[in-house]
Amino acid sequence: MPGQRVFLHSRTLPVRMVAPSLKLQDLIEEIRGAKTQAQEREVIQKECAHIRASFRDGDPVHRHRQLAKLLYVHMLGYPAHFGQMECLKLIASSRFTDKRVGYLGAMLLLDERHDAHLLITNSIKNDLSQGIQPVQGLALCTLSTMGSAEMCRDLAPEVEKLLLQPSPYLRKKAILTAVHMIRKVPELSSVFLPPCVHLLHERHHGILLGTITLITELCERSPAALKHFRKVVPQLVQILRTLVTTGYSTEHSISGVSDPFLQVQILRLLRILGRNHEESSETMNDLLAQVATNTDTSRNAGNAVLFETVLTIMDIHSAAGLRVLAVNILGRFLLNSDRNIRYVALTSLLRLVQSDHSAVQRHRPTVVDCLQETDASLSRRALELSLALVNSSNVRAMMQELQAFLESCPPDLRADCASGILLAAERFAPTKRWHIDTILHVLTTAGTHVRDDAVANLTQLIGGAQELHAYSVRRLYNALAEDISQQPLVQVAAWCIGEYGDLLLEGNCEEIEPLQVDEEEVLALLEKVLQSHMSLPATRGYALTALMKLSTRLQGDNNRIRQVVSIYRSCLDVELQQRAVEYDTLFQKYDHMRAAILEKMPLVERDGPQADEEAKQSKEAAQLSEAAPAPTESQASQLLDLLDLLDRASGDAQHPPPLDPSPGGALVYLLDLPCAPPPPAPIPDLKVFEREGVQLNLSFIRPPENPALLLITITATNSSEGDVTNFICQAAVPKSLQLQLQAPSGNTVPARGGLPITQLFRILNPNKAPLRLKLRLTYNHFHQSVQEIFEVNNLPVESWQ
Amino acid sequence: MRLKRLGELCKRREGLEIRFILIQNRAGKTRLAKWYMQFDDDEKQKLIEEVHAVVTVRDAKHTNFVEFRNFKIIYRRYAGLYFCICVDVNDNNLAYLEAIHNFVEVLNEYFHNVCELDLVFNFYKVYTVVDEMFLAGEIRETSQTKVLKQLLMLQSLE
Repeated sequence: MPGQRVFLHSRTLPVRMVAPSLKLQDLIEEIRGAKTQAQEREVIQKECAHIRASFRDGDPVHRHRQLAKLLYVHMLGYPAHFGQMECLKLIASSRFTDKRVGYLGAMLLLDERHDAHLLITNSIKNDLSQGIQPVQGLALCTLSTMGSAEMCRDLAPEVEKLLLQPSPYLRKKAILTAVHMIRKVPELSSVFLPPCVHLLHERHHGILLGTITLITELCERSPAALKHFRKVVPQLVQILRTLVTTGYSTEHSISGVSDPFLQVQILRLLRILGRNHEESSETMNDLLAQVATNTDTSRNAGNAVLFETVLTIMDIHSAAGLRVLAVNILGRFLLNSDRNIRYVALTSLLRLVQSDHSAVQRHRPTVVDCLQETDASLSRRALELSLALVNSSNVRAMMQELQAFLESCPPDLRADCASGILLAAERFAPTKRWHIDTILHVLTTAGTHVRDDAVANLTQLIGGAQELHAYSVRRLYNALAEDISQQPLVQVAAWCIGEYGDLLLEGNCEEIEPLQVDEEEVLALLEKVLQSHMSLPATRGYALTALMKLSTRLQGDNNRIRQVVSIYRSCLDVELQQRAVEYDTLFQKYDHMRAAILEKMPLVERDGPQADEEAKQSKEAAQLSEAAPAPTESQASQLLDLLDLLDRASGDAQHPPPLDPSPGGALVYLLDLPCAPPPPAPIPDLKVFEREGVQLNLSFIRPPENPALLLITITATNSSEGDVTNFICQAAVPKSLQLQLQAPSGNTVPARGGLPITQLFRILNPNKAPLRLKLRLTYNHFHQSVQEIFEVNNLPVESWQ
Repeated sequence: MRLKRLGELCKRREGLEIRFILIQNRAGKTRLAKWYMQFDDDEKQKLIEEVHAVVTVRDAKHTNFVEFRNFKIIYRRYAGLYFCICVDVNDNNLAYLEAIHNFVEVLNEYFHNVCELDLVFNFYKVYTVVDEMFLAGEIRETSQTKVLKQLLMLQSLE
C-alpha cells in the first residue's frame, strides 16, 4: 500500500479483559473486507454495539477512538446520534487528541436543531479565551460550521477579541467566523464592522481575504454598510493594483498569477460597491482596464480573474470602451480550447446580448461555430445566443446556419430550434418567398417538433402572397410526394393543393422547374394521405376537404372524387364521416352550388378566429344548402339589375374575390365566415317596409373592434291574419362595399305576430363609402305571390361613417 | 497514484458561498462530506446520491459545471475520486475550479502522493485540511505553503 498510515494515537493501550475494541484502522480494514452490503452492515452493527457499550461504561481513555470509529461509520451513511453526548465530553477534556475528535464530532453530528448543541457553548467559550492556539482554532472552526444564533450571540465578544490578536493564524479564522455569525445574527454587524477598515491595512493575504469577505457580507446585508464602505474603494483599488503589478508574496501565486483568489474577491467587492454608483465606478475604471489587459490568460487561474473582471465591468457604470473590451474578452474566451471557459463565456454573453447588442454581434461567427459543441449545455447556450443575434441584416446567413444545425441537432434541442427559427423568420423575413421556403424547410426537417400554430401561420402567409401561390403549391406538392409522415407539412400541403390545385396543373412557374403533374397523380396523392395510418384525424380532414375543392378546380370528371367521398360516408371517425356526408350531399342535391361553396378562401384576418376554416365553411355550407333555395337564372339576372342601379361591380382585386364566375350569381349569399357576437351599439332601428301587416325592420350594429364592419339584422314580422311563407330577402350594395348574407332563421312568419324571421347581413365598408342598400323581397301572403324591390331610404349616417 | 483534476461547485444560500464539499468515489462511497448549510440526515443522503448520479455520467466531453437543483456543482475528477463543491449559480466557476485544484495539491503534499486509501484511513485528517483551507463556506487560506505548515504544527500535537 503506498503512503504511510498515520495511527490515531501512538500509545499502546492496556488490554481489556472484555473483547478488545478495535483500533480505527482495523475497523476500516474490516469494513473494506466485507464482500457484500449485508456483510458490511453486520460488521458495522456489531461494532456500534460495542461502541455504545463503551460509551455507557464511560471509558475516558478510549473515548476518542470510539468516537472516531463512530464518525467513520457515520460518513458511510449509518446512524450515529448516540455519540452526540460523547462529543461534549471529549470537548471538555483537556487533551488535544480528545478535543480534536470531539470538535470534529460536534461538526458532523450536532446541529442547531438538536438541543444538545447549546451545551458546548461553555466549552467553546473556555477554549476561545484560554486555550492554546490550535485549540482556539478548533473552537472557531466548529463555531463557524454549526454555531446557532444563540451561540453566536453568546460568543461574539470572544471572537471579537480574537480579531485583534497578533497571530494571523487565529485572526484568519476569527474573521471568517465573524462572517458566519453575521449571517446567523445580522445585528452583530455593528460589532464586526469597526475593525474592518483597520484590517484592510494588513498585508497578510489570508487576513486580507477574510476581511474582504467580511466586508462583502456586511455590504450585502445593509445599505448603510454599503455606503460606509464606499470610502475604501480607493484603498481596494490600490491593493489590487499592487497585486497585479508587483505581487505581495510568491507563495500565493498560482500558475504565475499572484493570489487569484484574493483578486477575484476584491473584484467582487468592487462590483458590489460600484454598482449604481458613478463615483466609485469611475475610480475603478482604470484599474479594471489594467487587470483586463495585463492578466496572463494561458492558464485557468488567469482566466478566472479575467472572468471576474468582465463580470464587474458589466455590472458597474463603466465607460463604453471598457464594456466593449469586456465583450471582446468574452469573445476571445469563445475561441479558447478549454470547454469550461467557453461555457462561462456563452453564459455571460447571453446575459449581455440585450444590453450590448452591437458589441456581441461582432462575435457572431464564433458563436455560430459553438453550435457544433458536443456538450449539450454548451450547444443549448449557443443556440439561444445565436437566435438572439439574428437581425434583419444577417438573417439569411444565420438562418442557413441554424437550419443546418436543425438537421443534426440533438432531439431535446429540436423543438426550441424550430420555434426559434420560425419566430426569427417571422420577424426578419426579407421576402415572402424566402419566408415560405424557410418554413417549408423547417417543416420538412423537424415537422413533428413545431408548435401547433405553425400550420395556421403558414397557410395565412401563403394565402396572403398571391403571387407565390403557384410556387408554393408546387413546392408543397413535391415535398408531399416525397414524404407524407410529417403532419404539419401534410396539412399545409393538402390545404394548398386544395386551394390552388388549378395552378399546380398549369405546368408553368418561373421560379421553379416546370413540373408536369396530371390530375390522377394529385388525386392519388391525396388519397394516399387519407388512407395512411400515419395521418392524424385532422390531417385526413384536410385531405378530404382538399379533394372536394379539387372537384371544382380540375378539368376532368369528378367520379374518382365522388367515389372517395362516398366511401368515407361510413368512416368510423365522426368528423370525417360528417364531412363526407355533407360533401356527398353537395354532389347530389346541390351540385349547382358546389362551385360557389368551394371557391378560393378570402384571406383570414390574423386576429380572427383560428378555428379550422374548413370545418366551419363546410358546416355553414351544409346548413345553407338546406335553407336557401336554388337561384334560378332569372333571379340571377335580376340581382344583376339591382347591382346596375347602384354601381357596376366587376370584382375586387384586393382579396380573392367572392364574386367569381359561377352560376351562383354575382352576389355571394351563401358563403359565410364565422363572426363574433355583435356587441350592443346605439344606432337606431329603421323600419323599411310595410305591407298588409307584414313589416320589415333593420337594426344596425358596428362592432368597435372592426370599424369597417357593419352588421344589419333584418326582422320580418307579421301582424296580419294570414301566414307569410316562402319568404326570401335579397340585398345589393354599391361596388366599393362587400356584402355577405347569413342564412335566415326560417322562411315562414306565422300570422298574428308569430315568430319573426331574422337574417343577418354583414357589410364590409373599409373606405367608409356612403351606404346604399337595395332590398328585394319575395313571399307568399294570402295565397298571393308578392314581390317588392326598393331602396332603403334614411339609412342612419352612423352606419357607414 | 496521482490524483487528476476534478471540479465541483458549491452552492450558496443567503450570501453563503459554498454549500457543501463532497469527495466521492465512482461507486458512490463518500470519502468526505463537509456541510456549510443545515440539512437533515436523510436530506444529506439524498443529496449525496443525487450528486453522485449527476456527476458520474459525465465524461471528458463535458464541462466541469453542472446545474443542480437551483445551484451549481463544480466538480473535478481525479483518478477514481470526484471532488465536488456546490455553489450559487452566479459564482465564478473558474475560481472554484482553481480552489479545488489547490486543495487537491495540498492533500497531495500532505500525504505524500495521496491516493484514495490515504483519505479513507485518515478521514479525520482530511477534515482538518478542509478546515484549514475553507471556513464558513468561504475560501480561507490559499497559500499551500502556509497551510502545510499549519497542518504539520497540528500534527505534532498529537
